[in-house]
Amino acid sequence: MPSYIAKRLLLMIPLIFGITLITFIVIHLAPGGPVEVQTEMSLKASAQARENLKKLYGLDKPLHVQYFEWITRFAKLDFGKSFVDGRKVIDKIVERIPITLTINVLSLLLIFIIAIPIGVLSATRQYSLFDKVSTVFVFIGFSTPTFWLALLLMILFGVNLGLLPISGIQSIDVSGMGPLERLADWVKHLILPVGISAFGGIAGLSRYSRSSMLEVIRQDYIRTARAKGLNESEVVFKHAFRNALMPIVTILGLSVPGLIGGGVIFETIFAIPGMGQLFYSSTMSRDYPTIMGILVIGAILTLVGNLIADVSYALVDPRIRVKSR
Amino acid sequence: MRLLKVIGKRFSRNRLSVIGAVTISCLIVIALFAPYISPYDPTAIDVHNVLSPPGKAHPFGTDELGRDVLSRVIWGSRVSLKVGFVAVGIAILIGIIIGAIAGFYGGKVDAVLMRFVDIMLAFPTFFLILAVIAILEPSIFTIMVVIGVTGWMDVARLVRAEFLTLKERDFVVAAKAMGASDLRLIFRHVLPNALSPVFVAATFGVAGAILIESGLSFLGLGVQPPNPSWGNILTAGKDNIEVAWWLSLYPGIAILITVLSYNLVGEGLRDALDPRLWDMEV
Repeated sequence: MPSYIAKRLLLMIPLIFGITLITFIVIHLAPGGPVEVQTEMSLKASAQARENLKKLYGLDKPLHVQYFEWITRFAKLDFGKSFVDGRKVIDKIVERIPITLTINVLSLLLIFIIAIPIGVLSATRQYSLFDKVSTVFVFIGFSTPTFWLALLLMILFGVNLGLLPISGIQSIDVSGMGPLERLADWVKHLILPVGISAFGGIAGLSRYSRSSMLEVIRQDYIRTARAKGLNESEVVFKHAFRNALMPIVTILGLSVPGLIGGGVIFETIFAIPGMGQLFYSSTMSRDYPTIMGILVIGAILTLVGNLIADVSYALVDPRIRVKSR
Repeated sequence: MRLLKVIGKRFSRNRLSVIGAVTISCLIVIALFAPYISPYDPTAIDVHNVLSPPGKAHPFGTDELGRDVLSRVIWGSRVSLKVGFVAVGIAILIGIIIGAIAGFYGGKVDAVLMRFVDIMLAFPTFFLILAVIAILEPSIFTIMVVIGVTGWMDVARLVRAEFLTLKERDFVVAAKAMGASDLRLIFRHVLPNALSPVFVAATFGVAGAILIESGLSFLGLGVQPPNPSWGNILTAGKDNIEVAWWLSLYPGIAILITVLSYNLVGEGLRDALDPRLWDMEV
C-alpha cells in the first residue's frame, strides 16, 4: 500500500508542473500584461513609473526566466502581494480556506447521506414508481442552474417567510450572543448555501450509485446469494451494496473541482467570505497575483482530492493494489 | 441508411427524449424568429412602467428600466442557442483532434497528450474560465471561445478510447496494408466509426455550456447589458430580490426547460446509439 501511494505522489509532480505552466501562460495572455492594469486607471502614470513597476514584478526579464523565478517563489508558497491591498496573497487565501472547506465537507456529507439511499432504492426497485420519480428529480437536478435555485429559495425563505438570513455567515450582533446562540446563528446562515451546493451533487451521485448498483445486481454472485436462500435485505446490503460502493468512492475525489469552482457563484450570491468569492473579486479587479495563487491552489486541491479517491479505492478494492504492483 | 432508421426508431421509443427534441425545435424557431415573436423591443426603456408585475400588457412583467421581460427572455434564447452550439463546436473540434492523435499514434504522443488532459481536468473549470475572461473583455464571443477551449477534455478521452480499439480492427489494418496515408486512415476509416459517443457528449455539452453562460452573465462576466441574456436578467432579479420575484422566476424557467431538453435528448441518444443495447430488442 505505501508503495502505491508513493507512486501516485510521484505521478503528481509533472501534473503540478503543468498546472503552474498553464496558469502562468493564461495570465501572460493579458494584453500589455499586469502592469497595464495597474496603470490604466491613472493616465498620469509616466513611462518611468511603468518601467519601475515592470522591474518590481520582474516583467522586464525574458518569459522563461520570469516563469522559473515565479515557480521557485511558489515552491516556498510565496505568491507575491495582492495588487488590491498589498497583503500577501498566501495569507489572503489561507484565511478563506476554512469556510470554503467547511461548506464543501458539509455538502459532500449531505450528498452522500441523501444520494446513496436514493440510488440503491431505485436500483433494487427498477421501473417502480419510486425509480421513475427519482429519475425525474435527477434530470431536473442536473438541469437547474444552482444560482437560480438560490435566488428562488432566498425569495421564499428570506424575503417572504423571513425564516433564514440571505447573506453572510453570521449576524451583525453576533458578539452579544452566547455560544449556543452563536452556533444556531451559524447553522441558520449555512442551511441555504450548503443545501444548494449539495443539490446538483445529489442528482449526480444518486444516478451514479443507481447504475453502479444495477450493474452489481446482475452479477453471478448475487444470483448465487439468492439461490442459497438468503433473504433479500441481506443480498442487497451485504453482497450487492458493498461492491456497488467501490466505484462511488471515486466520485468523492472527482467532485472536488466542481464544488470548489461552483463556490464562485453561490459564495458571491450569499456574500460568504470563501475562496470562490475571493476569486470573483480578484478577477473583477484583475488582481493577477491572487488569481494565479488561487488557480494553482485550486488545482492542487483537486489533485489531492483525486489522490484521496484513488487511495480509498485501492483500500476497498484489493484488485487495484495487486494490479499496481 | 438502415442504421439511421434503427437509431431513429430506438430514439423515438423514449417518450421523454422525444418531448425534449420537440422542445428544442420550438426553442430554435423562437430564437430564429425572435424579432417577429417578441411583443416589444427588448431594449426599449419605459420609465412609466418600471418593475411592474406580470399583467395583460406585460405577461412576464417589466424590469428596473421598464423593459418587457417576456421580450428579453425571447431574445435571450438567441444567446443560449449561439453559445451552446459554438462553444460545443469548438470543444468537439479540439477534442477530436487531440483524442484522434493520441489514440491513433499511441506511445509517447499518447502519454504526453493524456497528461495534458489530466492537467486541464485538474483546474476547477469555472476558475479557469473566470481567469481568462478577467483578462480578455467579457463578450458573447469571448465566452463562446473560453467555454469551448476549457471543455474539450471529455471528448478527447472518448475519441481516444474509440481509436485505441478501432485501429486494431481488420478493416483499418487492411486499409493500412493497401497503403492508405495516416490522414486518410484517421478521417476516412476510423473517425466515422468513433463519432457516436461524441454526438452524445455534444448534446450534454450544449446543456452544460448554456448553464455556464447563464452563470457567467449572471456574474456580469458574460453578455453585457443592455443586450438581454437569461443570466443577466437574473442579475436584475437579484438586485430587486425584495420587490420583483418575476425577474428571478421566468428567465430561470427558460434555462431549466432548455437545459433539461438537451439532457433528455442526450440520454435518448445514448441509449439509441449504444449497440450493446440493440441485442435486447426482438
